[in-house]
Amino acid sequence: MQRKAWIVLLAIVLAALHLAILAAGFLAPYGAATQNRDLSYAPPNHVHLRDSSGWHLPFVYRCLPGVDGYREDTSTRYPIHFFARGEAHTILWIFRSNLHLFGVDDPARILIFGADSFGRDELSRLLYGGQISLAVGLLATFITLAAATIAGTIAGYFGKWVDESLMAVGELFLCLPWFYFLVGARAFLPLHVSAAGTFLLLIIVIGIIGWARPARLIRGIVLSARNRNYVLAARGFGASNFYVLRRHILPETFAILLTQAALLIPQYVAAEATLSFFGLGVSEPVPSWGNMLSALQQYNVLVSYSWLLAPAAALVITSVMYWLLADLLHHWIQSHSIN
Amino acid sequence: MRSIARLTVVVCLLAVSGWAAAPAPAAISSSEDLQRQDGDVGQFGGRLVIGQRAEPKTLNPVTATDAVSREVIGRCHADLISINRITQKTEPALAESWKTSPDGRTFTLKLRRGIRFSDGQPFDADDVVFSFALYLDEAIGSPQRDLLVIDGKPLVVTKLDQYTVRFTLPRPYAAAERLFDGLAMLPKHLLEKPYREGHFAQTWSLNSAPADIAGMGPFREKQYVAGQHIVLERNPYYWKADRNNQRLPYLDELVFLFVGGEDQQVMRFEAGETDMVSRLSSENYALLTKEKSRSGWQLADLGPSLEYNFLVFNLNDVDAGKMGEIARKQAWFRDLKFRQAVSAAIDRNSIVRLVYGARGTALWGNVGPGNRLWMNQGIPHPQRSVETARALLKSAGFSWNGSGQLLDSSGKPVEFTIVTSSSNTQRMKIATLIQDDLSHLGIQVHVVPLDFRAMLDRVFQSFDYEAAIMGLGGGDPDPNPEMNVWLSNGATHIWHLNETQPATPWEREIDTLMQQQMITLNYARRKQLYDRVQQIIAENVPFIFLATPDVLVSAKSQIGNFHPAVLDHYTLWNADQLYLRASARGVERAGIR
Repeated sequence: MQRKAWIVLLAIVLAALHLAILAAGFLAPYGAATQNRDLSYAPPNHVHLRDSSGWHLPFVYRCLPGVDGYREDTSTRYPIHFFARGEAHTILWIFRSNLHLFGVDDPARILIFGADSFGRDELSRLLYGGQISLAVGLLATFITLAAATIAGTIAGYFGKWVDESLMAVGELFLCLPWFYFLVGARAFLPLHVSAAGTFLLLIIVIGIIGWARPARLIRGIVLSARNRNYVLAARGFGASNFYVLRRHILPETFAILLTQAALLIPQYVAAEATLSFFGLGVSEPVPSWGNMLSALQQYNVLVSYSWLLAPAAALVITSVMYWLLADLLHHWIQSHSIN
Repeated sequence: MRSIARLTVVVCLLAVSGWAAAPAPAAISSSEDLQRQDGDVGQFGGRLVIGQRAEPKTLNPVTATDAVSREVIGRCHADLISINRITQKTEPALAESWKTSPDGRTFTLKLRRGIRFSDGQPFDADDVVFSFALYLDEAIGSPQRDLLVIDGKPLVVTKLDQYTVRFTLPRPYAAAERLFDGLAMLPKHLLEKPYREGHFAQTWSLNSAPADIAGMGPFREKQYVAGQHIVLERNPYYWKADRNNQRLPYLDELVFLFVGGEDQQVMRFEAGETDMVSRLSSENYALLTKEKSRSGWQLADLGPSLEYNFLVFNLNDVDAGKMGEIARKQAWFRDLKFRQAVSAAIDRNSIVRLVYGARGTALWGNVGPGNRLWMNQGIPHPQRSVETARALLKSAGFSWNGSGQLLDSSGKPVEFTIVTSSSNTQRMKIATLIQDDLSHLGIQVHVVPLDFRAMLDRVFQSFDYEAAIMGLGGGDPDPNPEMNVWLSNGATHIWHLNETQPATPWEREIDTLMQQQMITLNYARRKQLYDRVQQIIAENVPFIFLATPDVLVSAKSQIGNFHPAVLDHYTLWNADQLYLRASARGVERAGIR
């Protein structure tokens, strides 16, 4: 019971995270590509509640260039407006709006996580970047598990040479040095692949590469389920292969699929981040957690502008939550399984 | 047995100490014609450690192409006539004087007498003639050969007597004495045999024994450890002396550590493991400036470099069947007003501020303020103006649709791709800034980072690109090395390569002017011609010039005679005069070996 409550809680937190990222347009105060060229590497704004004249609603000061960086211009307070009007954006790629959760008046900027080298708001880019990174993770996982289910089921159910050949192909995929393969594959692509095209390509490539391991697990389940009494009985009654698969065997695989999903999603989010880090993912100015982190490859940036590590924190938090979920699911399934 | 053991220990100790000590400068004999240097008189001894991006590929001056190899080679060899990095003018080196014939075609050089190679063998005209034979040999294929071939005819080298050599050019060539800078004079007594046997290109590799290598430079190779470092020791027979008639160089040893890219070099410098960094980006310079107060480093901003970065549109003749998209877009690129509009919309100040950390200069021509002698000061420097750009586009038949996209005269949206080298973070940033700038004109720009070699292939071979951000220049302030860029059939005439004849009237005019300035010996007249070339380039915008970074260097405070310059090699060009002030030497001796 305890465990189930934790699972539900984690699922809710993850869902909230994903929803937040889906609603990036509303939650982010600025666009992903909006440059503020006088705020290059601006540090995170301090939100103040109090100044020399007493307590106020939360406000920020404007950042102006100062000696060795930036200084706050304490002459004017810029209160934080909630549900403010700002740049146009679309929710779910359908609804156009210019309402944002919070914002400040021009010429001040509210940079909760600071700014990158072009003065672009790190929080906004984190949210928009999450859309790419998480979407790739989720969709690629779906593709992998779909391919794995099909391959594993066919291999496990029909056995013999079908099984052997499928698993041999799987081994080939397992031993491919997939990263170098992708680097090489980039050279064959046309010079410019549109953002949507790159996105799709990433999903397909990451998804297809990892089908072998889950396929093996599913094959194992199907192999054992195939010889159950009720399956043999159903076959005896003249059930078709398709019926047996759909009614008796595939439901056995759901548990494994769930845990595999919870394990693969963070792995694929990290894979997308890795590819983007090396310039093989979405290109400027579209953000993704990986290409936001690639700026930190420079020593002076890593050392001087620590707020740019926000995408790394986001990756870690997301991954840890998914792994916790996978762990809990695994234990819960084990305690409920008939085996 | 005990005495033998003791003897062995003594011999070993002697061997180690003998090996450890750098050779002292040989005593100066009256027959040597040494060159006197004007720098501060320094202290002898010490070791200078400098980091390198990668390992050198070879120690052979004739075949080396990469900058890392040339960095080491340049310290071990000397040329006949040098370009002084500070004054940017030529001065005598191994040639103590020379006479030019009135038609500018013949140079008669008198060599210094009585000077020797680093292995003690004498240097004379035979070595000079032999060296030029190596550079001009087509089978060896030296990259320097192109410099010595004018109009398809190589220059002719004749020995007049043991210390006099005559060079005859096929036609008059302005500033011909600048050709000699960087051409190392090589020992015939060591290299003639490999040359006759046909394996010269493989000699003097990193695995060659130091005893087989000799040069006229201030240092000679002592030790190479693969993957770690290469150690150069003092050349005891070096032909330069300081004001007090003491034979240079001051340093006992010069060590090149293979540390990696600029970030690694900066980290090693901060840790005190290396003594200088020869080229810094502005961010690392700012980082070091912050720590300077407690470490007392010498940091120098030498002003704008001689490089120029630019955006180039593909105006090559492409096969419309195979590269239809590019051919279609070239209709826009070929329109002068389109290029002018793009140039007007680019925010060069932001490039200087955000990419070069305000340590840079905006450019509107190929000759920037770093080149004092040749810059055309009269070229306009228009500030960024989106309105001007829009007006230009409008008058060229472009229009905008409802969502602000730019459309060409046939109603198609204007968008193109910029390729740039993925390993050059500065050019990548410039591309992102330009992408944002042009979005204000309604042009959608896609930035595609490519591996450097892949980009070069597209720009020079397959022409499969739309626009690119690249950089050129940086070698010599003189206009002659730029011939390959501006001549219509030049190898680096990037926007339109392989032209059999000039594609436009203004390119034809540039051809005439560049050919003329090449044979004009009078500086004032050459400047007039080159000024006109710069003006034509600025008017016709084959390259949209962007900016140039400053040359930034750093060194430990103990290094004396540190006079960095904007010409290569920024910090070690006067390695023979560098010295370590006494207080540092104790630390150096205890340092890593």
